[in-house]
Amino acid sequence: MLLLLLGIIVLHVAVLVLLFVSTIVSQWMVGNGHATDLWQNCTTSSLGNVQHCFMSSANEWLQSVQATMILSIIFSVLSLFLFFCQLFTLTKGGRFYITGVFQILAGLCVMTAASIYTVRHPEWHFTLENSYGFAYILAWVAFPLALLSGVVYVILRKRE
Amino acid sequence: MAPGAPSSSPSPVLAALLFSSLVLSPAQAIVVYTDREAHGAVGSRVTLHCSFWSSEWVSDDISFTWRYQPEGGRDAISIFHYAKGQPYIDEVGTFKERIQWVGDPHWKDGSIVIHNLDYSDNGTFTCDVKNPPDIVGKTSQVTLYVFEKVPTRYGVVLGAVIGGVLGGVLLLLLLFYLIRYCWLRRQAALQRRLSAVEKGKLHKPAKDSSKRGRQTPVLYAMLDHTRSTKAASEKKTKGLGESRKDKK
Repeated sequence: MLLLLLGIIVLHVAVLVLLFVSTIVSQWMVGNGHATDLWQNCTTSSLGNVQHCFMSSANEWLQSVQATMILSIIFSVLSLFLFFCQLFTLTKGGRFYITGVFQILAGLCVMTAASIYTVRHPEWHFTLENSYGFAYILAWVAFPLALLSGVVYVILRKRE
Repeated sequence: MAPGAPSSSPSPVLAALLFSSLVLSPAQAIVVYTDREAHGAVGSRVTLHCSFWSSEWVSDDISFTWRYQPEGGRDAISIFHYAKGQPYIDEVGTFKERIQWVGDPHWKDGSIVIHNLDYSDNGTFTCDVKNPPDIVGKTSQVTLYVFEKVPTRYGVVLGAVIGGVLGGVLLLLLLFYLIRYCWLRRQAALQRRLSAVEKGKLHKPAKDSSKRGRQTPVLYAMLDHTRSTKAASEKKTKGLGESRKDKK
């Protein structure tokens, strides 16, 4: 029983860490010398020691991607907090509905963010030979994990 | 300040008075506030706000003057003047019939609206307020930028999406809990009523049988009860089916 609880918490924290790293680290698109993410694009000079960072454009789609990533983090943190609340206040045999709902919402937000980014990224950077960086991949990995975590919460029943 | 030294108490007060007079006398000037920049789309209108702070009360002799300096130009021309309660609008220059006075001296507002913007309106507008006897002061400038389409400021969409979704989720949760609370309360009330009705119905068939003059056992009473409810439910479904046919 304790093992199950620990496993669930570890999964939730892993989703949270994935979301944080994906939102903050500057590696959504990488190209020769450029690395862009949601907040800025950085260029390393050819020597590799100087880095210039500029703010990404104020495009509406980029802003909506930023907003949904932030929302997913908010929902996941809320879900963790509510899980601990419900752990102590829920009646025996009850299900962690609110926790699950928020975690599923977080997963949906990440999916929305990653999809919008995939479709609309030509609008705010113009170099063509870019490939997706690891932060982008982490965002897509966080989506099914968050859904799984949310579904586990909804199915789980509280035992004593 | 030592309590047992009354002779030293006037001098701090004097020092404070001297200090305040030194600091406050320059503030007898009038201070004008405007935005730094104004953005407008071609063909639409833009409001140029101007407000002021004056150490005197707003007098009837208050005057507002708006000057315009074109982008790259060197001299500023006067385009609007307000004095003695009467606004005077430019009727010969480039702003002919495009300026509207929307200010109110008593609310310390000296704003104007420029209609039907054009690219040639790019430039710096200066607001000058004089409130006799308070006439010394700095003017303030606002730079007008005319765009084909006004760009939205960064962060508007971000804030709107976050606020909207969070607000929506909160509202849905509240609604859900409210509905669940009402439903549970109704369930409890229905339960109470149902138990009361059952108690009453159990007594009824006994009364009917007593009318007939015989006392049927409780089991028969229950069977009668179930048969009557079955018939009632059949009637109901038949009735619904017929009504649907009628509707068709």
